[in-house]
Amino acid sequence: MHNSCSMKKIIDFLVKENRQLNENMFLLSLYSEELPSLRPGQFVNVKVEDSPATFLRRPLSVYDVDEENKLLFLFIKIAGAGTQRLSRLKANERLNLILPLGNSFSIPQKGRCLLVGGGVGIAPLLYLSKEMHKKGLTPDLLIGVRSKNDIVLEDSFRQYAQLYYTTEDGSFGEKGYPTQHSLLANQYDHIFCCGPEPMMKAVAKYAAARQVDCEVSLENLMACGIGACLCCVTDTTAGHKCVCTEGPVFNIKDLKWQI
Amino acid sequence: MADLNVHLKGLDLKNPVLTASGTFGYGSEFQDFIDLSHLGGFIVKGTTLNPREGNPYPRMAETPCGMLNAVGLQNKGVDYFITHIYPEIKDISTSVLVNVSGSTVSDYIATAEKINELSHIPGIELNISCPNVKEGGMAFGTRCSSVSEVVKAVRQVYHKHLMVKLSPNVTDIQEIALTAEGEGADSVSLINTLLGMAIDIKTRKPRLSTVTGGLSGPCVKPVALRMVWQVAKVVKIPVVGLGGIMNAEDAIEFFLAGASAIQVGTANFIDPAVTIKITEGINDYLDKNGFQKIQDIVGLI
Repeated sequence: MHNSCSMKKIIDFLVKENRQLNENMFLLSLYSEELPSLRPGQFVNVKVEDSPATFLRRPLSVYDVDEENKLLFLFIKIAGAGTQRLSRLKANERLNLILPLGNSFSIPQKGRCLLVGGGVGIAPLLYLSKEMHKKGLTPDLLIGVRSKNDIVLEDSFRQYAQLYYTTEDGSFGEKGYPTQHSLLANQYDHIFCCGPEPMMKAVAKYAAARQVDCEVSLENLMACGIGACLCCVTDTTAGHKCVCTEGPVFNIKDLKWQI
Repeated sequence: MADLNVHLKGLDLKNPVLTASGTFGYGSEFQDFIDLSHLGGFIVKGTTLNPREGNPYPRMAETPCGMLNAVGLQNKGVDYFITHIYPEIKDISTSVLVNVSGSTVSDYIATAEKINELSHIPGIELNISCPNVKEGGMAFGTRCSSVSEVVKAVRQVYHKHLMVKLSPNVTDIQEIALTAEGEGADSVSLINTLLGMAIDIKTRKPRLSTVTGGLSGPCVKPVALRMVWQVAKVVKIPVVGLGGIMNAEDAIEFFLAGASAIQVGTANFIDPAVTIKITEGINDYLDKNGFQKIQDIVGLI
């Protein structure tokens, strides 16, 4: 993992567009002249206004960055009151963000790479694919969803990666979970994964069994996002570590997962 | 510009805004957002004699207008603090206090003795009110006899400003505060978190690994304010108020209730620059209302 040293800022972004992707997923485009440099795997902490049930900020992965036009893209799935409120944002509203936060995925110089995303866990994988693509790598990207209707942003991902799907109901791609996909018969050099914890553990188990280097992005509950409250810890071989500052990306060899 | 200087027994603060222990790390976490030298001071996280890993995840649950935490005093111990943290923070031009916690009276004594040697630490906040540890912590702060025992013992070895942080989880906060004062506390700070819990009805399990945790945020402010007012009425030592302060208006309520200084805690999580805004807002309030100095509004109620 790559550790961040860049200065954190509190910035008011301007909502340029809120594009609905399906009934519970949407893509926010945010503009700020002060947009800092961001790396794949990093996240932002979003202040949710006018939502009485939402007290804390909401940590969200960086989906994509357009440095030239100073745009930041966030891929969001409605999960509760906070994301519900964000889903109703309109163009020209302001959104207060703290960024850049957390470490980032390590982008290998060479080798065969597999990216595995489940549900909203695809959020950090577009920017990761894009940065890999810039280095001449074309990763395989395996996305697991419940059903065909949950497939979004396919064309965006296809620009930078070879795309494969599993659906739980078999309505698209191969039926089952990502770890059941025929792609996994291949030998990879690096695996990167973000999704529900059971999925990440299954991928970690696969990687560990084949001694493949594997990084996962955790999404523990957070309060501050800057390493002050120590709420979001995960257990590692070196003790409790904050997911917000020493993660969210961890190499599975450092985690104490029972896999 | 009003005079914001505060003099707590033996502890001079350039303004009355401190940060609450456990919400501000070691200060460095906030350096990107604020100039730490503009703070009245900050109180570093709960420090214990030996390293502590804290409680298992999940340790936090968001609740209406607040949050529960059950961090459980995760820290690397006082020796690590002295060798690794202290050199980094000792030259910051503000008052840095160390929150001292323990499982036994002898732990408190040993930790306080070590901190006493640090010339750039003008005081400690004795934490007898952490609700998230199995032994010690709040157990010391909820009975007069144990408050008396631990404050007396630490007072004997600690020669600078001794602030005692009180638990709200008591029947009579006044008798606890009077006991701390009687044993030599230089000030009392209150309130620590209120013991609470939250349940996930989908999994039918508690949201915290420890089942119960400490409630903080604006939801606790009325309780905190009431307790600060009650304590300020009966003690002669300064009272430092905290509990749900989100902005300058909240802070001013605490001064009016009798607090000589305040601590900002959970609000730092939502706006890491909030302390500076609060300090400016206090100054504006004093100016607009014709008060020359912060002391002029302390305890007007």
